[in-house]
Amino acid sequence: MTDQQAEQTFPITLSVNGVPRTAEVPARRLLSDCLRHDLRMTGTHVGCEHGVCGACTVLVDGAPMRSCLMFAVSAQGSEITTVEGLADGETLHPVQQAFKECHGLQCGFCTPGFLTTISAVLDDNPEPTREEAVEAVSGNLCRCTGYQNIVASVLRAAEITRERSAVAIDEAGR
Amino acid sequence: MTTKQFGAPVQRTEDVRLLKGNGRYLDDLGQDALAAAFVRSPHAHARIVDIDVTDALEVEGLVAIYTHEDLPGRVGEPLPLLIPHPAIVAGRTGYALAKDRVNHVGEPIVMVVASDRYVAEDVCGRITVTYEVLPPVVGVETARDAKHLVHEDVAGNVAGHLVQEVGDAPAAVDSAPHTLELDLKVERSACIPMEGRGVYARWDADDESLRIYTSTQTTTGVRAAVATKLDLPLNRVECIAPDVGGGFGVKIMHPWPEEVLVPWAARLLDREIKWTEDRREHFVSSAHERGQVQKVRVGFDDEGRVLGLDVKIWHDNGAYVPYGLIVPIITSTQLLGPYKPGAYKVEFWSLYTNTVIVTPYRGAGRPQGVYAMERTMDAIADYLGKDRVAVREANFIQPDEMPYDHHMIFQDGRPLIYDSGDFPGSMDKLKALVGWQDFEDYREQARAEGRRVGIGVACYVEGTGVGPYEGGHVVVESTGKVVVSTGLTSQGQGHETVFAQIVADELGVPLEDIKVTTGDTRKMGYSVGTFASRAAVMSGNAIGIAARNVRTKALRIAGEALEVDPGDLEIVDGIVRVKGSPTSSMPLGTVAVLSNPLRYAFDTASQAATQFVVGDPDKPPVAEDDEPGLEDRDFYSPAQSTYANGMHAVIVETDPETAEIKILRYCVVHDCGNIINPMIVEGQIHGGVAQGVGGALYERMEYDENGQLLNASFMDFLMPYVTEVPDRIEIDHLETPSPLNPLGIKGAGEAGVIPSAAVFASAIEDAEGFTITSMPISPSELYALRQRFAAGEIPALRGRSATASTATTPTPVTEATTR
Repeated sequence: MTDQQAEQTFPITLSVNGVPRTAEVPARRLLSDCLRHDLRMTGTHVGCEHGVCGACTVLVDGAPMRSCLMFAVSAQGSEITTVEGLADGETLHPVQQAFKECHGLQCGFCTPGFLTTISAVLDDNPEPTREEAVEAVSGNLCRCTGYQNIVASVLRAAEITRERSAVAIDEAGR
Repeated sequence: MTTKQFGAPVQRTEDVRLLKGNGRYLDDLGQDALAAAFVRSPHAHARIVDIDVTDALEVEGLVAIYTHEDLPGRVGEPLPLLIPHPAIVAGRTGYALAKDRVNHVGEPIVMVVASDRYVAEDVCGRITVTYEVLPPVVGVETARDAKHLVHEDVAGNVAGHLVQEVGDAPAAVDSAPHTLELDLKVERSACIPMEGRGVYARWDADDESLRIYTSTQTTTGVRAAVATKLDLPLNRVECIAPDVGGGFGVKIMHPWPEEVLVPWAARLLDREIKWTEDRREHFVSSAHERGQVQKVRVGFDDEGRVLGLDVKIWHDNGAYVPYGLIVPIITSTQLLGPYKPGAYKVEFWSLYTNTVIVTPYRGAGRPQGVYAMERTMDAIADYLGKDRVAVREANFIQPDEMPYDHHMIFQDGRPLIYDSGDFPGSMDKLKALVGWQDFEDYREQARAEGRRVGIGVACYVEGTGVGPYEGGHVVVESTGKVVVSTGLTSQGQGHETVFAQIVADELGVPLEDIKVTTGDTRKMGYSVGTFASRAAVMSGNAIGIAARNVRTKALRIAGEALEVDPGDLEIVDGIVRVKGSPTSSMPLGTVAVLSNPLRYAFDTASQAATQFVVGDPDKPPVAEDDEPGLEDRDFYSPAQSTYANGMHAVIVETDPETAEIKILRYCVVHDCGNIINPMIVEGQIHGGVAQGVGGALYERMEYDENGQLLNASFMDFLMPYVTEVPDRIEIDHLETPSPLNPLGIKGAGEAGVIPSAAVFASAIEDAEGFTITSMPISPSELYALRQRFAAGEIPALRGRSATASTATTPTPVTEATTR
């Protein structure tokens, strides 16, 4: 086996889903490849590697980013949220729950990028209109669903978030 | 009573895994494998003069470089011609790595294996291939002219030629009261799943066995092809489809060069190797579809009844025909749709071009056939000044004529006999759904507002569930959990859920206790694959039959144990119990324990099955005609396909100035027989329609005259985003069960995409008042057509005073289109 010492590598530290992670990567390593192959968190998917499809979207310090358009070394010190970080243990994130209820996924390959994108949108705008829901997902490609159920999932996710906070308030009041 | 699962909109059992990021797609596997990358041809047609790897050898991390001359035996022979139809005149297939010549941009020439993909691509970049460029053949017309040949020994670039004829169609056309001739064209598109192809192989030197993971629609097909290529016994090769990120047809084609090369090199090097296709590779080295030129001659009477139909099709099959002539055969047979054509003659030529190969893409030739037929129906209606729906209705096969024999041979070599359907009933539903009768009022109202709208309609019949067979294996474990497997694969259709629904009803077990595996040759070695909307029909019925057998066995064993007649037993929530006396019962898991007479008890439950406890001491513990275990494997193999059908209508608005095409409403009436899960069926329709919208209005493969694909990226190939598809697809179902299979189901997977080109052409034509003959159509093309129309270069529709008193349309248009 030949080794790869010829290519200079750089140590990086990131927080991924709240867990500090380190990796030793070449400068050209994409953040998507670093997450998937160095950190072995394969929930983030790569659909085009030119920033168009949105499948690889992760949250970098809370903002949706195409991880195929960012070098891993540029993410040094960032807080990254991937699809693996959305659920709270066994409890699905409202967006995940909504996708399940609304049949918002078929093959599931593009889904992680939709989930991270929508979760960020709902953080900013917890009560989107239908038009805003369409806008929220208008930068992500899906080849299976025809999007109708994805838009429904955005609206349902907002509803689930409200339902859960109502329950939480109700329980807190007891 | 357990709730019936068949027919319920059950949420999918696969979803939680996929939603949490725990799916396992091809590139998620083999994290420590070496990576493969390929040097691919930059030329559409060239002779390879030299391959120089000198400069590449010093790259750190390089493991191996292979060219065609390194490939031994069958690995170096041409790839198989999978479907050797007798109409193939000159079947040519490519090599795993090009030998001497390349016939399309993207054809693999050199395989590189390295420590990771970055390094493998570095190596590819340092390999120099010298070419002698040959004149390329691009597009149907160029291929047909045959000034240049793709393969020097294939005259006229003709790969295949087929004529099917029922009656004397040319004579029937000539003697009909009215005759029309249409020249039509459909351009290339492609499946474009979000996950490309990929292969990961491991050789086990101790066991002398090979395991292949591949993002495929047929693991048994890949397994057999690779075993043959590598000269390995079939039982030394395992093939597994992990989660597959969409297929839509491109992954039924096999073995792809990489599916042969990656396992071959893994064995040779005794190292794990993985190749994951990137997006550009997918555009230039996987498959496309749809490209055809068609000529229709039709003769009809005053009512619009077709008396004779004479169709010629020139089909662009790309550089090779590994998948045979399936696409044009389907076009030529499914063109007939729900109609009785009178005499019918269809002749097609399948032509080589220096472009990516053409293999089935969702719909598989049907969209083109439906386009030809529905353009014809619209043309007849226009000619006669009749309602477009009325002309279709005049030609419908009636429900009492089922089964209807077209006296032709379908793609599976079986007769084209429709088993079911109520076409007038479907059309009534569609008219009601879209408001067909009220549309003229709406048009007038829109016109008054300066808006231009049109309505289109299109019908199709789809042969689904083609053979030869699929199998189902159902096991009840001693825990009471049920494990189900079938050989065909899943690419997002929800098979785990729908097959579990079928089993849940048969065995009376909760859905969450059923685990379904698909596409794993370790679990089921006999299978064909997932294509032609066949999974629910084929595997659904096979699993249903196997589950019923298991039920029968469970009731027999429980009957013996409970000393009651099996006919008095039922299974509810995983408990076998006496009807009306639920206290006399035993869990299905216990029945499973009893089904397997044991010598050794491995836990408390299994003590119940040891030979000191069960069985008649005078009889063999396992009866002669029985087997141990509460399980069964059975197969479903129908004599012919079952024919689903549907009808779509779309209302569009075309911008009078920019020629942008906006979808106002999209309506679908769909008949796939009994529906297992309406939520999933509607999801399939949504996705199909979206692909249809793409194919009708946005997507095309932009080859230039040199055979360069100019739009091989998501930046340039316009796949629909949410903003391009209808807000809501309005769906109504008509369920006419298939009499051909026990569950009464017909396939649904491809339906949504089939009539799209036809229905949009119909609607845009209706909005504009002149004939649309080429699809897809972009705003700039529509704009150009308007200019030509205004210049009198293309004729107006006769039948409707369609467009256009709007300011931007020249006055002559109105005059020309008004009768």
